[in-house]
Amino acid sequence: MTKLLPILALFITFNAFAELRATGDLAVVIEREHSSALIFNTSQYKQLAKIEQLGDLSHASVVFSRDQRYAYVFGRDGGLSKIDLLQDKLVKRVVQAGNSIGGAISQDGKLIAVSNYTPGGVKVFSSETLDLVADIPADAGDGKLSKVVGLVDVPGQRFAFSLFDADQIWVLDLKNPKKPDITKFKDVGKQPYDALTSPDGRYYIAGLFGSSGLALLDLWNPEQGIKRILPDYVKDDEKLPVYKMPHLEGWADAGDYLLAPAIGKHEVLVIDKRSWKLVKAIPVAGQPVFVMGRPDGRQAWVNFAYPDNNQLQIIDIKDLAIKKTITPGKAVLHMEFSPRGEEVWVALRDDNQVVVFDTDSLKEITRLPALTPNGIFFSSRAHRIGL
Amino acid sequence: MKKILPLMLFSACVYAGDPSSERQETLRNLLKHDCGACHGLTLKGGLGPALLPENLKGKTDEFLIATILDGRKGTAMPPWRKFMNADDALWLIGTLRKPS
Repeated sequence: MTKLLPILALFITFNAFAELRATGDLAVVIEREHSSALIFNTSQYKQLAKIEQLGDLSHASVVFSRDQRYAYVFGRDGGLSKIDLLQDKLVKRVVQAGNSIGGAISQDGKLIAVSNYTPGGVKVFSSETLDLVADIPADAGDGKLSKVVGLVDVPGQRFAFSLFDADQIWVLDLKNPKKPDITKFKDVGKQPYDALTSPDGRYYIAGLFGSSGLALLDLWNPEQGIKRILPDYVKDDEKLPVYKMPHLEGWADAGDYLLAPAIGKHEVLVIDKRSWKLVKAIPVAGQPVFVMGRPDGRQAWVNFAYPDNNQLQIIDIKDLAIKKTITPGKAVLHMEFSPRGEEVWVALRDDNQVVVFDTDSLKEITRLPALTPNGIFFSSRAHRIGL
Repeated sequence: MKKILPLMLFSACVYAGDPSSERQETLRNLLKHDCGACHGLTLKGGLGPALLPENLKGKTDEFLIATILDGRKGTAMPPWRKFMNADDALWLIGTLRKPS
């Protein structure tokens, strides 16, 4: 045995080297109808693993631990799954609600918050154990629980979210997780359907389905309350039907401009962040769903709701105009830029593919198989506020 | 089964104007993905209400056809008339009413 030991040690060491993997360059791709997530090396375009049995992922999102080792997947069925990206395995899965829409990770990486439709509210978990830390029912005062949307992390160990059925925005402070502190903003506008925070975490902006304009909260000056921006944009009677709610998470933040999907109008709105006035409305191919800014702020990529979901349009921020329209395949559901933006990965649900584009030449680089992909999440998100 | 039989017979009548099998496939895909965007892939609800058989009980075909074709004002439900006719909508309702 004494003779064997060094050999054994050598073997283990060798094995360990063979398995070495850095996790800062990975992507998690959600396969919506197969309850599975694929792990890709994004530089090598190589699928490394498939993690199964993640529940109903028809709507799903992912956040990453700050060491980028773990991915937390939020499923439609209330499932919260913790995946180890080093070992390709599901570490733990809890079903924490009946119906949920998304989640966020706290500033310090220790807490995971999930926004739920049923029962309406936010639940907060330890990122290490997935044990419940805080339960925040979205009771607007009338005993009815509202669906919660637009949950994001904001600085100061806080989360911000919107109450779809109660027209409110709440800011949840978890500096002391045992004593959650909630600041509530009421009558923010009708039916906030999703929200985002600016990349610096200063502004929280909710899109309104039932009112015109957007609800803006300046977290540096919360005492000023909610400001309605673009209040005169799209009156009810001129609204086009919306066949899929826009997602606001990816709003393009480019220099002085914020680009956002209009709702009920086939336009991308360019808003001046200093005055919060509309600079321009760029006509696009359909109801925009994601308006994603390239990390350098020079381009925004736009996809669309049914029936225009076979198209992608690229806006050049320099000219605030469409540079190119491409038809990459069937049912473009999501886009994700590489950390510095030279590439974009696009999920094509009905083609069972992820297609990668060079964002400079706008040429296709490769196509990767994935079954009904609906979300692509790079592990570089670990270090960004509000994603 | 006793309770289901009359329903099936009723359905059989209703399906007289059934869409072609190709059209049914398109509608099934639309239901799964596009209705599913709000009502959930498993139709258990999302931003929109659940569409399981028990949720539709007590709602007439006429009411549901009108909801699908013309949408519901004041809610996020859009009109689908541009993409289907009443026969298509009725077929979808029949599909939804069937316990899976």
